[in-house]
Amino acid sequence: MPDARKPTLPPGFAAKPKRSRLPRGFKGAKRPPSGERRGLTRKDFTSDQDVRWCPGCGDYAILATVQRLMPQLGVQRENVVFISGIGCSSRFPYYMETYGVHSIHGRAPTLATGLKASRPELDVWIVTGDGDALSIGGNHLIHILRRNVNCQILLFNNQIYGLTKGQFSPTSELGKITKSSPYGSLALPFNPVSVALGATASFVARSADRDTRHLAAILKRAHKHNGAAMVEIYQNCNIYNDGAFFEFTEKATKPHRTIFLEHGKPMVYDGGRRAVRLDGFRPESIDLTGGAWSVSDAIVYDETSLELAGIASRMFWNDEMPRPFGVFYCERRESYESRLHAQLHHVTELHGEGDLDVLLNTGDTWEIN
Amino acid sequence: MQEEVTTKKEVKQLDEATILFAGDSGDGMQLTGSQFTLVTAFAHNDLATLPDFPAEIRAPAGTTYGVSGFQLHFGSINIRTPGDEVDLLVAMNPAALKVNLPRVRRGGAVMVNANAFKPHNLKLAGYGSVNPLEDGKTLAGYQVFSVEISKMTEEALSDFGLNKKVVDRSKNMFALGLALWLYSRPVEPAIEWLGQKFAKRPVIRDANIHVLKKGYHFGETTEDFIVKYEVQPAVLEPGRYRAVRGTQAIAMGLIAATAKSKLKLLYSSYPITPASDLLHELSRHKNFGVMTFQAEDEIAAIGATIGASFGGNLGVCATSGPGLALKSEGIGLAVMMELPMVIIDVQRGGPSTGLPTKTEQSDLLQSLFGRNGESPVPVIAPTTPGDCFYAAYEACCISVKYMCPVILLADGYLANGSEPWRIPHSSDLADFPVRFATKTNRIVAEKPTFLPYVRNDQTLARAWVRPGTKGLEHRLGGLEKEHETGNVSYDPENHQLMTNLRAEKVRRVAQDIAPLTVYGDCAGDVLVVGWGSTEGAIRVAVDQARKRGLRVGTVQLRYLSPLPADLGGILPEFDHFLVPELNMGQLVRLLRDRFLLPFAALNKVQGRPFRVSEIEEAIVNLSQST
Repeated sequence: MPDARKPTLPPGFAAKPKRSRLPRGFKGAKRPPSGERRGLTRKDFTSDQDVRWCPGCGDYAILATVQRLMPQLGVQRENVVFISGIGCSSRFPYYMETYGVHSIHGRAPTLATGLKASRPELDVWIVTGDGDALSIGGNHLIHILRRNVNCQILLFNNQIYGLTKGQFSPTSELGKITKSSPYGSLALPFNPVSVALGATASFVARSADRDTRHLAAILKRAHKHNGAAMVEIYQNCNIYNDGAFFEFTEKATKPHRTIFLEHGKPMVYDGGRRAVRLDGFRPESIDLTGGAWSVSDAIVYDETSLELAGIASRMFWNDEMPRPFGVFYCERRESYESRLHAQLHHVTELHGEGDLDVLLNTGDTWEIN
Repeated sequence: MQEEVTTKKEVKQLDEATILFAGDSGDGMQLTGSQFTLVTAFAHNDLATLPDFPAEIRAPAGTTYGVSGFQLHFGSINIRTPGDEVDLLVAMNPAALKVNLPRVRRGGAVMVNANAFKPHNLKLAGYGSVNPLEDGKTLAGYQVFSVEISKMTEEALSDFGLNKKVVDRSKNMFALGLALWLYSRPVEPAIEWLGQKFAKRPVIRDANIHVLKKGYHFGETTEDFIVKYEVQPAVLEPGRYRAVRGTQAIAMGLIAATAKSKLKLLYSSYPITPASDLLHELSRHKNFGVMTFQAEDEIAAIGATIGASFGGNLGVCATSGPGLALKSEGIGLAVMMELPMVIIDVQRGGPSTGLPTKTEQSDLLQSLFGRNGESPVPVIAPTTPGDCFYAAYEACCISVKYMCPVILLADGYLANGSEPWRIPHSSDLADFPVRFATKTNRIVAEKPTFLPYVRNDQTLARAWVRPGTKGLEHRLGGLEKEHETGNVSYDPENHQLMTNLRAEKVRRVAQDIAPLTVYGDCAGDVLVVGWGSTEGAIRVAVDQARKRGLRVGTVQLRYLSPLPADLGGILPEFDHFLVPELNMGQLVRLLRDRFLLPFAALNKVQGRPFRVSEIEEAIVNLSQST
């Protein structure tokens, strides 16, 4: 039997995903008529509400980046919805002059799923934090990724609970001293990128608040992606966890502690002085200046390779290896809502549009005079 | 039924009869019962059913806890309950007899599958080494028909070349055929149904039909049965009828709401007994544009419902008690966001996992108060399986009109029970207008602005906006909203005002509640106040009590929040008040609190509906108290 392991796709499903599968009547929100594309500025996406984050918070830079990016995406303001959970980052929707919901702790992906399922033409952004997405909302995060609901998930990771004033979070390093762990936290941290890959995400990337150009570029790609695009954003909490990512964001250490993944390019970092090669399945940092190794020894990164994405994601809490940023993984896959509506369409074609009175009279009926 | 030698049988006319089919959970008793129901509906009898099955899918065979039953009460008179006492028990094994014999009336009939009464089964059923068919005590006072159902099924199918398991599974059709004969039901609808069900497996189809006919013929030919019964068609209101189960009715009510409102339905649910059937039912109707979403958990289901409603769709989710508990934070968010949606709770026995397959009315207080903060929602409880259709439709209308989540409080008895239902025409249903805001509603700083919490004077509803509407962009959320602007506000006076407004909005739903009707006497000794699925038993009890000369009336509340405005006016006409509930006293607390009158409680939590006699007795006792 050919393809015996492959489950048969139900009727209405394409074996291979086509580009846009939005049903008839749904306009592609992401590609409006070009005439309307121009004219909007950052100001148009800024609401009249005072931003209430702590002075110096990394959230400001992310907000500014997103507000600046929106006019470049060619989206209509009224078609954009920001949905958040609870936490410092989740105040985000209040500051965007778009539609928005500040929902409940951990549940933003569930609202986004209901909204996208029923209104696929809307452009939905989820804003969440490490506690919101990976602790109380962990179940919803993995399922929205698995379903591949077409939305952007901005996971602000500051490795701490900020709004509740400084408890360790599921991404805090082992042994973290906080108010709720004065003698050190006891569990290993989650690696959000690995979690996402494990949850069969179709797009996974990492960026940082202090590198707004990179962040803008990554968010642009996330927006372009058809499916759930998860972007982990390292974000500094200058009150409860100041400097958590300085190693990866500050001038002195950034070059040799980070590596920027680029599709089709060798994994080189530290200004071309170092690279990452594969020793079997194990990544290894090599020195390109000593003559023993050259660029041709480096891994050529392939963002469509789940295997490489797994290896890169595991370069984590390892002093020997740089921390990767950029797009880890990107795969073309049909979105949940597109399958949902294709199925509705298919069943309607099969049985004809439903008639209420026919439904009410289904089965054995009898007349009493 | 041609060319059979038939012995002359006496035919007895009955006004009503109650049959209980009972056997192992794998014996197909639910199927047998529902087929008998369909045939009975076809014979134009009025009817009510009570499926009663264990939570285990295939509990160990032969055990008492694995017994599955289907009770059916039918008649030529108005039938409102599944019957207090059973006239005919069909017991497929000793355990079924053990569990259900106490439900058979003295002098009633017991038909047993004699082949199942073997030492092993007797022991499992707790009869020890005593065979109740032979001990001369257990079944004394009952009319016993000991029929070799298994053996005759095997003989009937000896030529079919089927394996033993398949043959054994067909024995329920023998029982069905025999029961159909005994009550003079037509056998053709069941044959037709089998033909459809096993259309793709002709051997199984033919085997089942063959056994069904054998059972029917056996009744005609055997000397054991000297009497057969006839139940004349019931006098029902003219119209077209069908049999309907509560879950089917709710599903059709929701679809009707979308058809009339032109809203799209997103139905989200996490599988939970006894609400899952709704998900199954709605998933079949995608050609009505019904979107169904099987969520990862209960919380995700309410979240998706809120998301869909925010998107301008009809968001609906269903669950049972434990799931409602998980949804409470989400419902609170919906209260705060003032978005329309319907949350259906098909109640079951609690607390915790409780009795998943048994009915109870113990989520009333949870529905009303089971959320943090002051979080009022309208609560509507259907009274019969057929009423589930109208209650679901109404819940949708109210939620959209008042922009608030509505809880529809059904229960396992309504969801699984069935009754003949007069089919409405879509044009008979109340209109369901929906208006989305498209324009700004205030001038702020000389600019036309949309303020999301500006309210309608009559309903206090805020405007519903479909995202995608230009110029009306706004943010909602769980933090307290400033009056009119909807901005985040921690202002003390504002919180008080918004709390008052949310409560007043729910109170105003009372203006849409149909006037209460008092069944029975409009003034007198006792007023029985019930809610939800107890209507049938209460009305019959009231009828009986009135026959005894008492002056008794009853009102059945469909709205538990807000309470109907005219309830207070009915109370002064009565001396005593009785509140029967399948919980330990929930509505009764609300009524005492609201009216400061001595409402008497009648409570029961046994996983079963009230018996008429229980309520009747309580009415009589209360009328005699001073």
